[in-house]
Amino acid sequence: MNFTMPNLLPAYPEIFLLIMVSIILVVDLFLPQRLRFVTYALTQLALLGSAMLTLDVAVLTQGIATYTFSNMFVADLMGHVLKIGAYIALFTTLVYSRAYLADRGMWKGEFFALVLFALMGMMVMISANHFLTLYLGLELLSLSLYALVALDRDSARSTEAAMKYFVLGALASGLLLYGMSMIYGATGTLDISQVAYAIGTANPNKIVLTFGLVFLVSGMAFKLGVVPFHMWIPDVYHGAPTAMTLIIGSAPKLAAFAMAMRLLVLGLLGLAVDWQQMLVIMAVLSMALGNLAAIAQTNIKRMLAYSTISHMGFMLLGLLAGVVNGNWLNAPDAYSAAMFYVVIYVLTTLGTFGMVLLLSRAGFEAENLDDFKGLNARSPWYAFIMLLLMFSLAGVPPTVGFYAKLSVLQPLLAADMTWLAVVAVLFSLIGAFYYLRIVKLMYFDEPTDTAPIAPSLDVSVLISVNGLAVLALGIMPQSLMALCYYSIKAL
Amino acid sequence: MNSTPWLSLTIWIPILFGLAVLMFSDRHAALVRKLSLVGALFGLAVSIPLYVGFNTQTSAMQFVEFSRWIPRFNINYNLGVDGISLLFILLNSFITVLVVLAGWESIQKRVAQYMAAFLIMSGLLNGVFAALDAMLFYVFFEATLIPMYLVIGVWGGPNRVYAAVKFFLYTLLGSLLMLVAFLYLFDQSGGSFSILDWHKLPIAMTPQILLFFAFFLAFAVKVPMWPVHTWLPDAHVEAPTGGSAVLAAILLKLGAYGFIRFSLPVLPDASHALSGFMIALSLIAVVYIGLVAIAQTDMKKLIAYSSIAHMGFVTLGFFIFNAYGMEGALVQMVSHGFVSAAMFLCVGVMYDRMHSRNIADYGGVVNTMPKFAALMMLFAMANCGLPATSGFVGEFMVILGAVKYNFWIGFLAATTLIFGAAYTLWMYKRVIFGAVANDHVAKLKDIGAREFLVLALLALAVLGMGLYPQPFTEVMHASVNDLLQHLTVSKL
Repeated sequence: MNFTMPNLLPAYPEIFLLIMVSIILVVDLFLPQRLRFVTYALTQLALLGSAMLTLDVAVLTQGIATYTFSNMFVADLMGHVLKIGAYIALFTTLVYSRAYLADRGMWKGEFFALVLFALMGMMVMISANHFLTLYLGLELLSLSLYALVALDRDSARSTEAAMKYFVLGALASGLLLYGMSMIYGATGTLDISQVAYAIGTANPNKIVLTFGLVFLVSGMAFKLGVVPFHMWIPDVYHGAPTAMTLIIGSAPKLAAFAMAMRLLVLGLLGLAVDWQQMLVIMAVLSMALGNLAAIAQTNIKRMLAYSTISHMGFMLLGLLAGVVNGNWLNAPDAYSAAMFYVVIYVLTTLGTFGMVLLLSRAGFEAENLDDFKGLNARSPWYAFIMLLLMFSLAGVPPTVGFYAKLSVLQPLLAADMTWLAVVAVLFSLIGAFYYLRIVKLMYFDEPTDTAPIAPSLDVSVLISVNGLAVLALGIMPQSLMALCYYSIKAL
Repeated sequence: MNSTPWLSLTIWIPILFGLAVLMFSDRHAALVRKLSLVGALFGLAVSIPLYVGFNTQTSAMQFVEFSRWIPRFNINYNLGVDGISLLFILLNSFITVLVVLAGWESIQKRVAQYMAAFLIMSGLLNGVFAALDAMLFYVFFEATLIPMYLVIGVWGGPNRVYAAVKFFLYTLLGSLLMLVAFLYLFDQSGGSFSILDWHKLPIAMTPQILLFFAFFLAFAVKVPMWPVHTWLPDAHVEAPTGGSAVLAAILLKLGAYGFIRFSLPVLPDASHALSGFMIALSLIAVVYIGLVAIAQTDMKKLIAYSSIAHMGFVTLGFFIFNAYGMEGALVQMVSHGFVSAAMFLCVGVMYDRMHSRNIADYGGVVNTMPKFAALMMLFAMANCGLPATSGFVGEFMVILGAVKYNFWIGFLAATTLIFGAAYTLWMYKRVIFGAVANDHVAKLKDIGAREFLVLALLALAVLGMGLYPQPFTEVMHASVNDLLQHLTVSKL
């Protein structure tokens, strides 16, 4: 038997991260609680190291897609960008949630290990070029997230949320696997590039393929959280400790986007006519349900959960406008718009949940909309940051949320789907209402809670950077747009 | 072409001052006020070279600035003014100074944020008028919503939240459809957001009609035209004095400016085809809203309705397609900017003292505030279009144009002279004349130097424009003629 060493270079970040997780797990065992910051520092270091290695790989491969492990794993520009996005998101999350977790007895070694395992899951998903790799990454991510949601084990609400998440998540994974097996049945391969090739040339059984596609799309829709596979989102967002909500709501969306790109665009572009129709329905329903249900919420986490649903629906608009009548000219515009949208969404979500964490303190969960009352009187600066974030979510210029919406709408118009663009803007008008309500609470009402807001320096710097980034990217969106464009173009 | 980027300066100087002002807390209120005034004056100062250096012989864009902004979508930072937009930049910079002065004492709560909101809004509004790139226009157009929303909501009256949200959502509804229209034009023009490119773009009739309605929603809400005007009385009544003044003087002009910059030149055929519809809505605004104004018991509401009626004149002037109508409408826009701001500031002067806007709470103010009564008399006369005031010039030109277009349209439009006189003078009589109505009125103090200065500046503008309108009309001739010429050529 002849064993050749696979090219490890594209997987350096993953390998490094695995080593770091193992070290952190062991080191943490020997640390007393008061030295827990060492684990924290090591975790942040692991993120930093992975980021540098990812950049390294990107430079060494010159951004060209590099395959390894018998084509099961790919390192390409889109992957690098999304991974770096994920590191930044988790780095920020850890900073934001430090005080929150410490106050609630969740500042423990398991937390860091689980977060890093979740990250590894995301990275594997992002770099998967094979159905099995994708599935492995997805499960690693999901299982870590289930455990994270349940980490506050004495809280009945969190446990319930974790249970719901697990049951529905397992079901979705099942659907996804079932879809993969059908596609395997039709094409005889699990390799994503081979699947695309087989669909293009070998004329596989269309019925089996379409069935597989339906299951695949359902599984993916669950991970993205779009209607009708959205049921878990409000409950999990609401039930999980806010720090965990932030973890679930931010970086995994990048991975889910990568999954959608790899499965639908790289693997099943030949079936675009079929899946685009499914996405149209899901997108419209998500925008409708997400925006309408968000109005009725009084809990900010639930409101943001429904807002997530609507935003993911909006993002799908980018994915479904790529191929028009078999013409791919629109594809890089449309897919890069979706990618830009997701990246911006993650950036904004980090800030908003960061603000929720900032207002929480020991023994007090800021999770009702009313907790934002009179924030301008309590702290004009944080109220301003939240104002920027809310207007960005509502898509009002000059914040970057507007350009995210603009870049998704443009390919829709180019694809002659004007009606869909009109529907989308009308629903975002409805959405504007509940974002405005937060601004109203912060600026027009008097505070009921007068506790001082005194975050530590790193939190206050980071959240300011986060909020101002929304404005700065709104004034200068070109570089990020171009980056997304080239990432997709290089696929 | 000029080497100094005057237009950029008129946009960014107020915004930078606004941001600087934000850094101070209420403890430094006195400093904040002074700094804001400096910012507003500086903003006005840098807009003057625009008028001085303006070449009235050409309809081409002047003071053009161009730099790449978002190459990904071919969006450029492209500024320029012609005879139409120039006046609004001057008007806006002028009104900003007055608004800062008007809020000097009446605003005691969150002074820095108040002043910053107006300075930033002033810069953004200049941006709207100077933008030659549709997306740049859109960004400025939408961004003005944020400060105005806060101004109404934070410093407004008792029902301010309702008014602020209604204002925001109404405007957003219109502008989102405009965004779709922009993207459609972007696609049709082969990837250009340049407004001047769009002026030359041929478009078939059906898309023209659809685009016209998309633009119509955006701009008609802003103007506001009947029947999408209902946000305006609410917003005006609840907004603080400065907010009402800017809203009436400048924000409403955005809608009319949108018609003249987008609807008419980009969609000339649809504009002709739908001119009957537009004229009908304008006349409803003039006649029906004029009657509604008579019935008001709240002074601010009355002026708000009178604004709608006056803006009906503006849209009427645009859609009768002749030089009198078009120039009259533009003059009317500028004049209304002065007069409505003045009227709202007058109400603000009284409100600061009495904390009431109800006409019934007043009476005999002339006995205690003679200087104020005299100035307000002038503005009331201008509001009903008395000759020798600025209100007359615009209305007269539009009526002339309308009669030329169709006698009966001109006839109906002319009723405004009656209704306008009726609601304005009747209000004036009830508030100012007569015996002193109650103890509160008896205790009123006449206007101080600062208030006098604000109103006197406006009075000079109103009289100056009424007696010698040529400096205003001469800058717009070339651009208006060019636009009318452009409108005669079909784009089908």
